[in-house]
Amino acid sequence: MEHSALRAEFVAAIGADAVLDDPVSLRSYECDGLTGFRVVPEFVLLPTDTAQVAAAVAICARHTVPFVARGAGTCLSGGSLPVAEGVVISLQKLRSVLEIDVENRRAVVQPGVTNLDVSKAVAEYGLYFAPDPSSQQVCTIGGNVAENSGGAHCLKYGFTVHHIHEVQVVLPDGAVTTLGAPSPHQPGYDLLGAFVGSEGTLGIVTRITVKLLATPTAVRTLVADFPSVEQAGDTVTGMIASGIVPAAVEMMDALALEAVEASVQAGYSLDTAAALLVELDGPPAEVATQFAEIEQLCKDNGTTKLVIAPTPEARAAMWKGRKAAFAAVGRISPNYFVQDGVVPRTRLAEALVRISEMADEAGLRVANVFHAGDGNLHPLVLYSEQAGEHDRAEHLSTAIAELCVDLGGSLSGEHGIGTDKACSMPRQYSDVDLATMTLLRKAFDPDEICNPGKLLPTPRLCGDRPGPHRAHPLEAAGIIERI
Amino acid sequence: MSTSYDAHHPPRRDVLDECVHCGFCLPTCPTYAVTGLETESPRGRIYMMDLAARGEIGVDEAFGEHIDSCLGCLACVTACPSGVQYDKLIESVRPQVERNVPRTRADTLFRGLVFALFPHPGRLRVAALGGIVYQRTGLRALVHRLGLIDRLPARLRALESLLPPVTVRALFTRTPERTRPSGPVRLRVGLLAGCAQRVFFGDVNAATVRVLAAEGCDVLVPRDRQCCGALSVHAGREEEGLARARATIEMFERYRLDVVVANVAGCGSTLKEYADLLADDPAWAERAKAFSAKVRDISELLAELTPRAPRHPISTRVAYHDACHLSNAQKIRSQPRAVLRSIPDLQLHDIAEAELCCGSAGIYNLVEPETAEELGRRKAKHLEAVTPDVVVTANAGCLLQIRRFLDTGIPLLHPVQLVDASIRGVDPL
Ligand SMILES: Cc1cc2nc3c(=O)[nH]c(=O)nc-3n(C[C@H](O)[C@H](O)[C@H](O)COP(=O)(O)OP(=O)(O)OC[C@H]3O[C@@H](n4cnc5c(N)ncnc54)[C@H](O)[C@@H]3O)c2cc1C
Ligand code: SF4
Ligand code: SF4
Repeated sequence: MEHSALRAEFVAAIGADAVLDDPVSLRSYECDGLTGFRVVPEFVLLPTDTAQVAAAVAICARHTVPFVARGAGTCLSGGSLPVAEGVVISLQKLRSVLEIDVENRRAVVQPGVTNLDVSKAVAEYGLYFAPDPSSQQVCTIGGNVAENSGGAHCLKYGFTVHHIHEVQVVLPDGAVTTLGAPSPHQPGYDLLGAFVGSEGTLGIVTRITVKLLATPTAVRTLVADFPSVEQAGDTVTGMIASGIVPAAVEMMDALALEAVEASVQAGYSLDTAAALLVELDGPPAEVATQFAEIEQLCKDNGTTKLVIAPTPEARAAMWKGRKAAFAAVGRISPNYFVQDGVVPRTRLAEALVRISEMADEAGLRVANVFHAGDGNLHPLVLYSEQAGEHDRAEHLSTAIAELCVDLGGSLSGEHGIGTDKACSMPRQYSDVDLATMTLLRKAFDPDEICNPGKLLPTPRLCGDRPGPHRAHPLEAAGIIERI
Repeated sequence: MSTSYDAHHPPRRDVLDECVHCGFCLPTCPTYAVTGLETESPRGRIYMMDLAARGEIGVDEAFGEHIDSCLGCLACVTACPSGVQYDKLIESVRPQVERNVPRTRADTLFRGLVFALFPHPGRLRVAALGGIVYQRTGLRALVHRLGLIDRLPARLRALESLLPPVTVRALFTRTPERTRPSGPVRLRVGLLAGCAQRVFFGDVNAATVRVLAAEGCDVLVPRDRQCCGALSVHAGREEEGLARARATIEMFERYRLDVVVANVAGCGSTLKEYADLLADDPAWAERAKAFSAKVRDISELLAELTPRAPRHPISTRVAYHDACHLSNAQKIRSQPRAVLRSIPDLQLHDIAEAELCCGSAGIYNLVEPETAEELGRRKAKHLEAVTPDVVVTANAGCLLQIRRFLDTGIPLLHPVQLVDASIRGVDPL
């Protein structure tokens, strides 16, 4: 459809100020947290409420124009990458906390509210929103729902899907519906369950009722250094085997520690092979006994230094370091890829040894920072674009993701499949699995206009026999570029 | 690779490359908080600077608009885990825009007016006197009642409402050139009297001098009407800024000082930057470096000096506002709080969204009034939420800006005014 005619329809529906199509603005939306993929959209829209989102989507549906929802654009798998000749619908004007129901421990929020702002809004009532992605200060609840995001504390508390009661959704034809309900255990298909984690392919969330938890009465945090990654890994296995469910168990290796310490000066050691960040929370007595057990376990496994956070500020500093880890890697390497594979916890040490061998073979450095408790690895492949290391790094990064699948794990723990790993999906799923998923997607979006090209491999994207190790077809066609 | 910048100090490639597009800086950026636009965020601005460096977009009006709208509050620098030096980037890109993007006539005239007025205390005093007449005679009330005020262009409206309620006496009090301490001399200190500062806030300067003297400093205040160049530097008027930097260094060199003190955060951060600004001027690099090394904000200096003068209690609820040019540009956050806490009985309160700029930022409230107004309201709301007896902040611009939006009953002070009252045992108001 003619650009100007489409523009006129959008302007009539949501106002001229909310429709961007000047080249500079459009280019600023061309990528998300995975900057290797870039596509310039035809329009960026900034609706201010559900009705406007629905009106904009209805126009897209009428003219079969593809659209992509965008929260804060922190996705690490190219999920909010725009579609050429398509529309980006930014939810950044829907940023209000609508309702706080202290008694029932619920809050109703708009999709553009940041994860951390939900917790801040309810903190005075002794409540918080449990999922805590490292990007929580910036990523939106809408994005969290789409990606089923998790964080360090998901080991004990689960992912976003476990903390959502109800969502209001604009379907890809512009209709508005509600999935889930304020109370659990609803009869019928669990459409809310299907929607959470659908990576923006089933519709746009415009209102979310989140579950809130009471802030734990006691929290204790320690950092333990280990002379080898294996010893740190064994400690984690020991902890889980003993029946303790820590709130969080995070591991960082020497390279990651170097980057983090350069960034936040939280007191992490620079001369150790690995460090564990362990946190326990709950009733004070339980925390005290289990904390002692964990200290003992660390000692049994040869910890060289054990620091217990003496104050809430010290604890905050430890976490700030961990949460800044990805971005902090910018300090020790000009470029990096971050992977998100999951391995069974018992094979953690094995996976790490393999990764370091693979890195040596490729002549590259890999920094590891990950959710050790549930085996969710985040290997950061460091490389220099300028030194021409890009292809080698990308190859290594993909190989690591596939190693995870081969070890009985998964391609992605929490960052999503997006554009980046869509063509690797057949590595993990059979044709029948994927066909079933496609059926579900088509039921919501028969015209394939809702975030097309993400999550599921298609012949157009990945060739007849999709598989890894090849240039993304959009790349080959010169539509997108990796830099 | 062709670039859209001219050859004079384009943004450095290695600094641009440090941004990993993670977005951690978005929530602290005031312009992003107000608009929700990627182009109005640090991540977006850096991205555009990078595109221009690669020649993929021009250094033109569409680009300049988003550079102009940046407040230079540097909250993004504080928030960035990757260590991106956005201060360096914006400081090299602003002059590129000044040089290469033609401004509209109205824009040029207005900027001309601001720069002809603010850095010149003499002219400002006359203008302020006009302002007093305007406020006193009821002319102001009349203009407001007739609704004329709403018909003034937004920028002039901003300029109008910035006129603080000064007294004629305060306008003409001059700080003495030398004040000796009562006891033995601990330090020889020079105080920058400032331009807007010396006109609108003669009281703050007087308090600064008294406190320093009480703490054993020999205080020297150069009489010269010398602007430190902060406004020019922050607005990308590079040559003008550098000339003022050189003159300011020269002025203070006359006094053989241990420390140069600023009580305006925006001026202090610029004084500390002289070393960088003049780094590739062979005649000045060394002098600028020696000078910048001596500069302290008043709170920073007071926190370093063990108190000698006893403090009397002041029982009051204080809401503290972090001035961006103190907290982000100079990383001074704990010192003013510590200095205030040294006053017995004083209760200090931090506010929500403390890291968000109040919308003042140099001449920002004058050239981008709509955004500045929204930020000002937001800041006032958070300040009022802690029900303070008094609001305290260490920057003239913030004081002027916040005063416009704050509940009229709440007075605004500079931290040093409270310290002064505490040392003298008088009521701070
Ligand atoms: C430094 C860094 C650290 C990170 N750490 C973690 C981590 O610890 N755990 C984790 O899980 N993730 C992490 N992430 C990834 C990312 O922050 C999450 O995936 C987050 O949920 C994305 O939110 P967003 O608002 O940025 O969404 P976007 O990036 O804007 O969008 C992500 C996807 O959600 C869709 N979407 C966005 N809003 C809506 C909506 N309202 N309705 C429907 N679909 C929508 C988009 O179409 C896209 O497919 C990290 C990212 C960075 C940059
Ligand atoms: S400036 Fe820093 S915080 Fe902002 S996007 Fe770039 S790397 Fe992230
Ligand atoms: S300096 Fe302030 S206004 Fe400018 S980009 Fe950074 S945070 Fe935003």
